[in-house]
Amino acid sequence: MGDLIRFRDDETHEEPAVTLDSFLEQANATTVRLEPTDDPRALIPYLDRLSLIEVSFPKFRDGRGFSTGAILREAGYAGELRAAGDILVDQINPLRRCGFDAILSEAEIDRDVLAKLGGLYEDVYQKTVDGRAPLWARRNAGTHG
Amino acid sequence: MYRYDDYDQAIVDARVEEFRDQTRRRLAGELTEDQFKPLRLMNGLYLQLHAYMLRVAIPYGTLSGRQMRMLAHIARTYDKDYGHFTTRQNLQYNWIKLADAPDILAQLATVEMHAIQTSGNCIRNISSDQYAGAAADEVEDPRPWAELLRQWSTFHPEFIFLPRKFKIAVVACEEDRTAVKLHDIGLQIHRNENGEAGFRVFVGGGMGRTPMIAPVIREFLPKENLISYLEACLRVYNRFGRRDNMYKARIKILVHELGADEYRRQVEEEFLHTQTLGLDAPAEEYARIAAGFAPPTFETDLPNEIDRSDPDFALWLDSQVAAHKAPGYAIVNISLKPIHGIPGDASSAQIDLMAELAETYSFDELRITHAQNVVLPHVKKSDLYAIWQKLDAAGIGTANLDLISDIIACPGLDYCSLANARSIPVAQKIAQRFADFERQRDLGELKIKISGCINACGHHHAGHIGILGVDRKGEENYQLSFGGSGAEDASLARIIGPGFSEDGVVDAVEKAVTVYKSLRSDGERFLDTYRRVGDAPFKEAIYG
Repeated sequence: MGDLIRFRDDETHEEPAVTLDSFLEQANATTVRLEPTDDPRALIPYLDRLSLIEVSFPKFRDGRGFSTGAILREAGYAGELRAAGDILVDQINPLRRCGFDAILSEAEIDRDVLAKLGGLYEDVYQKTVDGRAPLWARRNAGTHG
Repeated sequence: MYRYDDYDQAIVDARVEEFRDQTRRRLAGELTEDQFKPLRLMNGLYLQLHAYMLRVAIPYGTLSGRQMRMLAHIARTYDKDYGHFTTRQNLQYNWIKLADAPDILAQLATVEMHAIQTSGNCIRNISSDQYAGAAADEVEDPRPWAELLRQWSTFHPEFIFLPRKFKIAVVACEEDRTAVKLHDIGLQIHRNENGEAGFRVFVGGGMGRTPMIAPVIREFLPKENLISYLEACLRVYNRFGRRDNMYKARIKILVHELGADEYRRQVEEEFLHTQTLGLDAPAEEYARIAAGFAPPTFETDLPNEIDRSDPDFALWLDSQVAAHKAPGYAIVNISLKPIHGIPGDASSAQIDLMAELAETYSFDELRITHAQNVVLPHVKKSDLYAIWQKLDAAGIGTANLDLISDIIACPGLDYCSLANARSIPVAQKIAQRFADFERQRDLGELKIKISGCINACGHHHAGHIGILGVDRKGEENYQLSFGGSGAEDASLARIIGPGFSEDGVVDAVEKAVTVYKSLRSDGERFLDTYRRVGDAPFKEAIYG
């Protein structure tokens, strides 16, 4: 349960996510739920068959999931990457920069605040998995298109 | 100095708007204090004993006269007419109203300043050498790398909810003025056997309740890999640093528990991967930033002689002025440690004066030191007398650099909600006990550092004499330790014995100093004598 916000156009995946251990025991599961202590790289052999990876955020202060998301996208995962749990509206932009394209928040997310925050920053300093050109690339566009 | 381009300015301006809205939501009750706390902390706003405290970043300790004047203006307009310079090259205002904070940040943004990530469990203000660009022995100016890291770490999405705060220092000398080995990551630019400059990377140093001197995790890192390597260091920490106990959450505990070799192995493995991601800024970007730190145009054929006929000036000169790489120039250290003052505090008028001196005499540049003093980095020797006269008239002409009254002290229980004991009165009493400057000079370099709680913001672990305030059955009690250093000979101070009352610790310091005087051999500092002779004679004098 919770407030689901998706930043992708495909249909919502209905199959319930299973734990990493259960996923690794099954031959055909297409969804998995990672806890902060799970190693996302255990999923690398199966990324093609996965359509939803849910990453658990038990407390908003626990930032391990940010690395989990980035690692999965760096490894080429293209399915839905959902951050689920105790998530503040102010964390949604950084989550998206780490590759998350769906948020399942325990508390309702204020859409007005989200919209306002989404448009605040035109540019970013770092290269991440979200594909945005970092400022060092924009500034030196003559040499690094 | 590096100046913001339109992109940098837009990001800082956006941050002001973001924080304005967060503050509005908090004041309207849409955010609980628990939810607001990590957001305000990431903008340097703490709730202290009496009011909000706002910590403003002074990246790598460098600022212009205009920026300094803005700090004075804010102190005058929104605070009680003073500010407090900290051990991490920040400035703190102690009496801020929450409703004013967005306006203060907006004013800071007009002079390319901010409070971004000056607190919270994220990468904090990048600190550096206050003599950068002026010291003769540096491999190169470390500040372009510090600015590159400032930009990289600003809102880094993966590393804003780390297990704990994260402090990085960058230096480019063997002589260490930043306590580089006492940072979460310390970067020291040096040359390898082929004459190439790169980074020696220390990881896992720190103070707090478990002080550690950082081991070298990589002896030589090519400069072009700095970002991808730090991403690996931080990612290993973000994933595996302890989150079960906030007192064991710093990276020093992870490095200690894994062992330096295993941490290094994990970082190298991750680095093999992060190197493939194209995370490092190109050389053109480094060159763009470095152009902002181009050395000023120093005049040539300036006189090197200084008229020492005024004896008070001569004393200040010998104490506060350091050698500059350019002939005819000098580095001026301004003491914010007057005998009856509060270490690191400066009034608006004093801040304005320092700004004026920088504009008139120092190519419009100031530096803040981790010892809570201020530096004019590029001053003509022929201007020193005029500068000293103005400083002296404003009460900041004290000649005590690195002497017993040049004390580092945290705000302590006078301000801080974490503190167990007051720091400021202890610093003041020690300074008053040794107010005789002839006596101070005779004692030579002696660094006293005082913290009002175990978090060690006053660097007591790194003090030649360290003092830690604790709460003992409701009474303030002070533990005394000896033998620490935050310099290139870094070491951790050791507790000498049972603690003291406020007056008792001042007496104990005096006894220790007397022992030092009786045992020192030629040229030995207090620290050297203590290292040579050990605890016993000091214990005997203090407790015997």
